[in-house]
Amino acid sequence: MQKNTLISLRNVTVEYDGDQVLKNLSLDINDKEFVTLLGPSGCGKTTTLKIIGGFVNPKEGDVFFDGKRINGIPPYQRHVNTVFQRYALFPHLNVYENIEFGLKISKIPEDKRRPLVKEMLALVNLKGFELRKIDQLSGGQQQRVAIARALVNHPRVLLLDEPLGALDLKLRKEMQIELKRIQQETNITFLYVTHDQEEALTMSDRVVVMKDGNILQIGTPTDIYNEPVNAFVADFIGESNIVDGVMHADYDVTFAGKRLPCADVGFAKDEAVDVVIRPEDWKVSEPDQGQFAGVVESIVFKGVHFENIVDAGGVKWMLHTTQQYDPGTEIGLSILPFDIHIMHKMSEEEYDVQEGGEE
Amino acid sequence: MKSKITASPYILWMALFIIVPMGLVAYFAFTDLKGNFSTVNFQQSVGFAPVIFNSIWLAIIATAICLIIAYPLAYHISRSTGSRQRTFIMLVMLPMWMSFILRTYAWMTLLENNGLINQFFGLFGLGPFEMINTTGAVVLGMVYNYLPFMILPLYSVMTKIDNSLIDAAGDLGCTPAAVMRDVIIPLSLPGVNTGITMVFVPSVSTFVISKLLGGGSTMLIGDLIEMQFLGNAYNPHLGSALSLVLMVIILICMALTNMFDDAESKEGMLI
Amino acid sequence: MKMKNWLSRGYIALVMFFLYAPILVMIAFSFNDSKSRSHWAGFSWRWYEKLLGNDMALKALSITLIVAAVSAVVATLLGTAAAIGIYSMRARSRAAMMNFTYLPVVNPEIVMGVSLMLLFVLCGVDLGLLTLIIAHITFNLPYVILSVMPKLRQMDHHIYEAALDLGCTPFQGFIKVMLPEIMPGVMTGFLMAITFSLDDFNISYFVSGDRWQTLPVYIYSMTRRRISPEVNALSTIIFIVVLVVLIIVNINDARREKELKKRGGRFYD
Repeated sequence: MQKNTLISLRNVTVEYDGDQVLKNLSLDINDKEFVTLLGPSGCGKTTTLKIIGGFVNPKEGDVFFDGKRINGIPPYQRHVNTVFQRYALFPHLNVYENIEFGLKISKIPEDKRRPLVKEMLALVNLKGFELRKIDQLSGGQQQRVAIARALVNHPRVLLLDEPLGALDLKLRKEMQIELKRIQQETNITFLYVTHDQEEALTMSDRVVVMKDGNILQIGTPTDIYNEPVNAFVADFIGESNIVDGVMHADYDVTFAGKRLPCADVGFAKDEAVDVVIRPEDWKVSEPDQGQFAGVVESIVFKGVHFENIVDAGGVKWMLHTTQQYDPGTEIGLSILPFDIHIMHKMSEEEYDVQEGGEE
Repeated sequence: MKSKITASPYILWMALFIIVPMGLVAYFAFTDLKGNFSTVNFQQSVGFAPVIFNSIWLAIIATAICLIIAYPLAYHISRSTGSRQRTFIMLVMLPMWMSFILRTYAWMTLLENNGLINQFFGLFGLGPFEMINTTGAVVLGMVYNYLPFMILPLYSVMTKIDNSLIDAAGDLGCTPAAVMRDVIIPLSLPGVNTGITMVFVPSVSTFVISKLLGGGSTMLIGDLIEMQFLGNAYNPHLGSALSLVLMVIILICMALTNMFDDAESKEGMLI
Repeated sequence: MKMKNWLSRGYIALVMFFLYAPILVMIAFSFNDSKSRSHWAGFSWRWYEKLLGNDMALKALSITLIVAAVSAVVATLLGTAAAIGIYSMRARSRAAMMNFTYLPVVNPEIVMGVSLMLLFVLCGVDLGLLTLIIAHITFNLPYVILSVMPKLRQMDHHIYEAALDLGCTPFQGFIKVMLPEIMPGVMTGFLMAITFSLDDFNISYFVSGDRWQTLPVYIYSMTRRRISPEVNALSTIIFIVVLVVLIIVNINDARREKELKKRGGRFYD
């Protein structure tokens, strides 16, 4: 790896009132990278962000920034800025004053501040809004001010804590593209926290999937989508069919009453596994020509595709089709070997092993 | 934020000037003149039972009159337009900014035997009535001084009752009287409770109103306490015991009003 | 409907008459050219002139103003700091502290007065300016806390973190971000403290001693000794000052509200 590591967390543990919210967590973030911490609420992703921001001090473990240990260094002495969940803009200041705030605190003279703020306003498309009060802005505009206010200080890392959570769907999609553009233009490391898998997949260079204070998987969006390490990740990243199966030998699996060839190797003989099949990977055929035969139970139009629930001998499969089937239609379903994803069943303790493997 | 310490000067201050003095009151109440533990002060207090009950009784009457006057008033104000509401409330509050000594004093001159009110009655050949230095004058003084304390909490609760609630009740078949009984009164109960406490507490503990308007004819527990500390009857031990009795009366009053209060509104309230 | 309206207006007018008639009579008789409080003997400024020549009254006034100013400032500082401290406590200790804060509010004033008097006398502190100021700070503190607290609760506590994030030290964060947010509550608390302090009689009466009477205590002693229309003149002056202040505050509020509405309107076009 020629990329240089900017932030690293080493065996970090955090407790609130005796509850472990982060368990022996280690993570490296490279310079100029867009990394997303993804997970359900309570998984410790925001806490991880706060450790880097300096708002939370780990009980155990070390935090390194550019090779220096920064445990205990207060937020105001770190080259890190944050975009807060609900923006946390200063209501008593206008747009210009909000963005100027950090520069003023670091005593940058007025004539140097002005062009920097102007540059930021242009970057986030808010020219002409300088004198607006915060409560006169829409949610999307407030979001942009929050980003500008953080970026104007040229932090080494920008921390974003679910910044799009309060926006409506359309605006959220626009801002996703916008954020990626801003990151590429400014060349600043972005560490982004979200529970929205689509956001994570759209913007990130790497995604860190977290659950219960542990890291489950780290990888590029395509890695994570195509090769989820376990059923939880598979289910969290996109919609999935997850069923129990038995791995007889390499390339040989039984699930839903069928023994089929697959592409996975390295399991114990007759190991109980989770089998994950993405709804868009099914091939539909005549009832007698598929590996499974089933009856369409329900169909819902989703805009780009139809979402069908098919009952195949008691097992319900979700599949996405472009063709519309009436409920009651009999169809055949097939799956290619490399679209069958086989995963170890995981217990709590095994998460730690997984994490160790990532380092 | 680790700024809990900023509360420590306050805690220290209140410990020194609230807790310690209250401890002294308790200490004095339970000791005799020689400083030995004794319940003699409370035994003596029993002798003043008529005064104590009279104070409670007058305070209850004053509180009830305030409630009867204030409730319709607060309701009418709360249903007025915004700018009118503001003006009315300002008018209610304005007298409160005058020292209540002055407000009481104003009544002294009005109630005199040759005061304006008796002169007015005189025009019709009536009177003069004996008004100053009566129990009635004391109750009048309590009502006059503490009426705003009843109006304001009632108003602030009622103004939050949305007109659409009243419309909805009407829509569901309530007569105006039923709307009052089933919607307005239950929703305004927290304000009633606050108002009762805010009028009862100063009424039961006053010593100025009874002195100025009662002229010694009406002795209240406040007068007794004052006499033990600043009057001829100097005896801080008895005064402290009477103070404790007064506090117990007020605690009972608040417990009673809180009984009618639901748990939710209690949270932000006095206990 | 009309009938009902008339009834309600009439009722409001009646109560207002009850509230204001005594005050208006008092004002009228402050201009009476005789000592009588029931017979009008012509217009005169004599009681005002007499009041201005009354050194005792003027001394009492200045004591009242000094006590009010000092106690309100100290109570506002201590109380604001306390509110912030209580706000950052955990839920349970916060609730306990708030109950503790309510204690002096519901405790009868006379009990607070005599308990403080006991303390001062036992400690050998001479009753006077110092004891007055201490007493006033003590009963003002809860009101400051109770008016700052809601503003703290309304405040988005992330803005303080945001200030630290943008390079503020905790102190700078407080001054530049938190204080402007809670300022309205601090001001309300300060004004309440001033008002209660100017108005207080029950507590001052016990801790002021003979030589340091505040205005209400002085007026009380005046009404006890002899009735003089000077008191009327004094009341009139106080009433007019309060009225003017209230009108100014109210007009200011109304204007601010209108401005807010206008600004809100602009947002949508």
